[in-house]
Amino acid sequence: MSLWRQVTRGLRVLTNRRVADHELADELQDYFEQATASFEASGLSSKDARSAARREIGNSMVVREQVRAYGWESVVETLLADLRYAARQLRNNPGFAATAILILGLGIGATTAIFSAVNPILFQPLPYPHPDRIMMTFEMRDGGSRLPNFGTFEGLSERSHSFEAMAVMKPWQPAMVGIGEPELFEGQRVSAAYFRALGVLPALGRDFQSADDQFNGPNVVILSDRLWHRRFGGDAQIIGRQITLENSSSQLAVSNSFTVIGVMPRGFENVLAPSAELWAPLQYNPALPPDSREWGHHLRMVARLQPGVSKEEATSELDAILPAFGRAHAKGFESAGGIPAGVVVTSLHDHVTAEVKPALLAILGAVILVLLIASVNVTNLLLARGAQRRGEFAVRAALGAGQRRLLRQLITESLLLAGLGGTFGIAVATLGVRVLVALSPPGLPRVEAIRVDSAVLLFALGITTCIGLVVGLVPAIHASRNDPHAGLQESSRRSSGHQIVRRFLVVSEVALALVLLVSAGLLLRSLERLFSVDPGFDASYVLTMQVQESGQRYAGDDARARFFVQALENVRHIPSIASAAFVSQLPLSGDYEVYGIEFEAYPNEAEAAFRYAVSPDYLKTMRIPLRRGRLLDEGDRAGAPVAVLISESLAKRKFHDRDPIGQRVRMGPNMGRSGKPWATIVGVVGDVKQLSLGVNEADAFYTTPTQWAWVDNAQSVVVRTPGNAAILASAVRNAIWSVDKDQPIVRVATMESLLAQTEAQRRFALVLFEAFALVALVLAATGIYGVLSGSVTERMRELGIRSALGATRADILALVARQGMRLTALGIGIGLVGAASATQAIAAMLFGISRLDLVTYLGVVALLGGVSLIACGLPAWRAAQVDPAITLRAE
Amino acid sequence: MDETNTDVIQGTLDMLILKTLSLEPMHGFGIARRVEQISRGVFKVNPGSLLTALQRLERAGWLDSEWRQTENSRRAKFYALTRAGKKQLEVETADWTRRSSAIARLLKAEG
Repeated sequence: MSLWRQVTRGLRVLTNRRVADHELADELQDYFEQATASFEASGLSSKDARSAARREIGNSMVVREQVRAYGWESVVETLLADLRYAARQLRNNPGFAATAILILGLGIGATTAIFSAVNPILFQPLPYPHPDRIMMTFEMRDGGSRLPNFGTFEGLSERSHSFEAMAVMKPWQPAMVGIGEPELFEGQRVSAAYFRALGVLPALGRDFQSADDQFNGPNVVILSDRLWHRRFGGDAQIIGRQITLENSSSQLAVSNSFTVIGVMPRGFENVLAPSAELWAPLQYNPALPPDSREWGHHLRMVARLQPGVSKEEATSELDAILPAFGRAHAKGFESAGGIPAGVVVTSLHDHVTAEVKPALLAILGAVILVLLIASVNVTNLLLARGAQRRGEFAVRAALGAGQRRLLRQLITESLLLAGLGGTFGIAVATLGVRVLVALSPPGLPRVEAIRVDSAVLLFALGITTCIGLVVGLVPAIHASRNDPHAGLQESSRRSSGHQIVRRFLVVSEVALALVLLVSAGLLLRSLERLFSVDPGFDASYVLTMQVQESGQRYAGDDARARFFVQALENVRHIPSIASAAFVSQLPLSGDYEVYGIEFEAYPNEAEAAFRYAVSPDYLKTMRIPLRRGRLLDEGDRAGAPVAVLISESLAKRKFHDRDPIGQRVRMGPNMGRSGKPWATIVGVVGDVKQLSLGVNEADAFYTTPTQWAWVDNAQSVVVRTPGNAAILASAVRNAIWSVDKDQPIVRVATMESLLAQTEAQRRFALVLFEAFALVALVLAATGIYGVLSGSVTERMRELGIRSALGATRADILALVARQGMRLTALGIGIGLVGAASATQAIAAMLFGISRLDLVTYLGVVALLGGVSLIACGLPAWRAAQVDPAITLRAE
Repeated sequence: MDETNTDVIQGTLDMLILKTLSLEPMHGFGIARRVEQISRGVFKVNPGSLLTALQRLERAGWLDSEWRQTENSRRAKFYALTRAGKKQLEVETADWTRRSSAIARLLKAEG
């Protein structure tokens, strides 16, 4: 009841102060009149009665103020008055206000935008219930980890009790036909427990059951909410409907008709395959026949821990299960490269973020430096304003404003400034987030979750408030400490203490800017180094695409080989194509396939190397140079003695100065099988970068597909074109489809774009660092300029005297410039120490240079020195123009 | 010069106002005079404190106010006790009696 009165009465006063004041004045007047009347009644003359009444009431102004000060609304009123005053101050100095708001807005905006990207990826839990219990499981191999196969999954999931749900998955790219335009989709083949492992169930229909995920089981599919709306208009009757999907990798599926059994909820975020829009059961064979796809290491395994079971407990349980299961399926594991040494269990969150974490943290650190510089800059501006307003403060203090009252006024002003900057900053962030998402490298997880949401707004509000307080505090303390007496006297004579603070701030700005510039420089030079690395082939004018032969048409290797030969023939017939070839794994495309190779001359010294099954023209098409011997040719076919090319570095390491040509090797499945024939090394070719430009793993061997143990069903075609490679894409695709129109073709790209993509993450970080460093440089320069011109203004008189006493313009110029450059030099010195340690944060992103790279540091020092020289030059020049006669007379 | 302290004992002004108004609704001046008269001049209420206290009590829901004609047909703001105000007066009176008798006992024991 009373709270209600507090609020309503307070609001009434607040909205109509005049009525309230009027009422109070009336009441007081009435009091006065009654008092007068009562004094008169006691016998005083009317004049004496009035003065007695007046005495009793005292100063009516003070009484009114006393009553007015009661209630929460008076606090609000003071605040509003302060705000109005602050707003007027800003309006009267539009230049200052605009500069400060711009600087703060950019700083807050950039920081908020970066935070909105980093927050969902690194800091927020994944969008699943109990996300900390979701784990990824890998096979341990040679100390590292690799993808498990279905055999391992079966063995573990049947026997393990540590997990609530375990599932494996693989990518799936079916095409939907029959309704509207045919469209190729991204999807996943998953085992039945996939959605249970993530903890999200379909919003409509049902989840997969074990009856769905059976060998030769029913064709069922679950759709994403997005696909359901896009292709089916959100039809509520979708459950039970048949849709036709082609090129499904379910090899023995009789029918291509799938029954829709469920639709995932709208908010479902599939972090393991963000673009997947539909899911079908994996339907692998639990009998696990050896030499089958069930033993291929191409599945990812996700699992949800039982409540209360730790990651370590689960790992040791799985480790204990493996050996016995391995013995029971010895043959299968043999075809899979042996029983794994154990399992590696990592949390889903770590799995998703591990790769991007260092870069994101470094970027967040960088943007916080930018924000710091921006805040320092605005503090400087406020200090300069404070110096100009010394007279005003003195007058207010003389009129009775307490030190506290002044402090509150100034903090209100800086908070208002920060608030305006923050509002502008949120606009900047909203835009910046879009730019970030557009620029983001392909591997960046949870891109969909990057947006300006309530957490981000809260963050922006938080930093805005902090900045408002911090930025305002230094100048406010300074101003409130001023002696009003001194302030009232014209104060140009006083060499003020705030100059020292301002210099200190400028030094810190320069130091922070240097750290950012060095970091950006190091990244820039790393990227330059990377792109000057020779990939080992000529990437220009090469078009590539991957043909995924679906397996069910070409029952045997021969038929499959014929398909690829025929397709290649058709591609070659396209006019203007110089040469074309197939390869089992394409460099710099993400393909990764390593097999063992043993040498007759060095028994027990087997090596692991990239295996390339290539059509004979591959090396010529890619322009991989031949070092010795001969390339592969049409003669190297099934039945003929097996010919092998090895890479230069493998040859050098194995044979040193001896000639490797004619030496004999056994590879892959033939390794260690004495019954199998040896293959002969016929040539040595140049090293090729397979994984990325930065990774030096160059051991490789090449054979023709027909001389390998099998013919791969996914092969990449590489086409050398005379000019722009991309425009031939559809011609090449049609040439392949003219052999068989149902072969899915994916990953169409020029070799050059693949090359650029391998460094997308570094490039992303570089672009951001460059932007931040540039902003920092500009801010530091304006900081130096501001301090120096402020100092010149204050020293006008001194400078006038100096020139009156005979100092030349050059002397004055040097005097002022030296003052500025001293600050710069100090800042650079501190910044160098800072950079030397701060660059540890980006060490992981550097390539080919040390984080203490001398050239970078020298370049940055020169750049910063040059820019600050310009920033010093302007005020110095102005100082040199001082006419002693005018300055001295002005006093 | 009268040096006698006529300040209202801290914290008791609210109670004095409530008590005064429990007899009849009254305007500010009336309250001040009534307190002065009944205390035989021991307490003098200063108008600033009185009006602030009236605001506070009204906000607390213990008083209601309205502009009315006085007996000599002047307009004045009259304050009246609400039901909550009556209850509050009882609470404060009981509290005060308890405390003042405790203080009286203490002073007697000392004496």
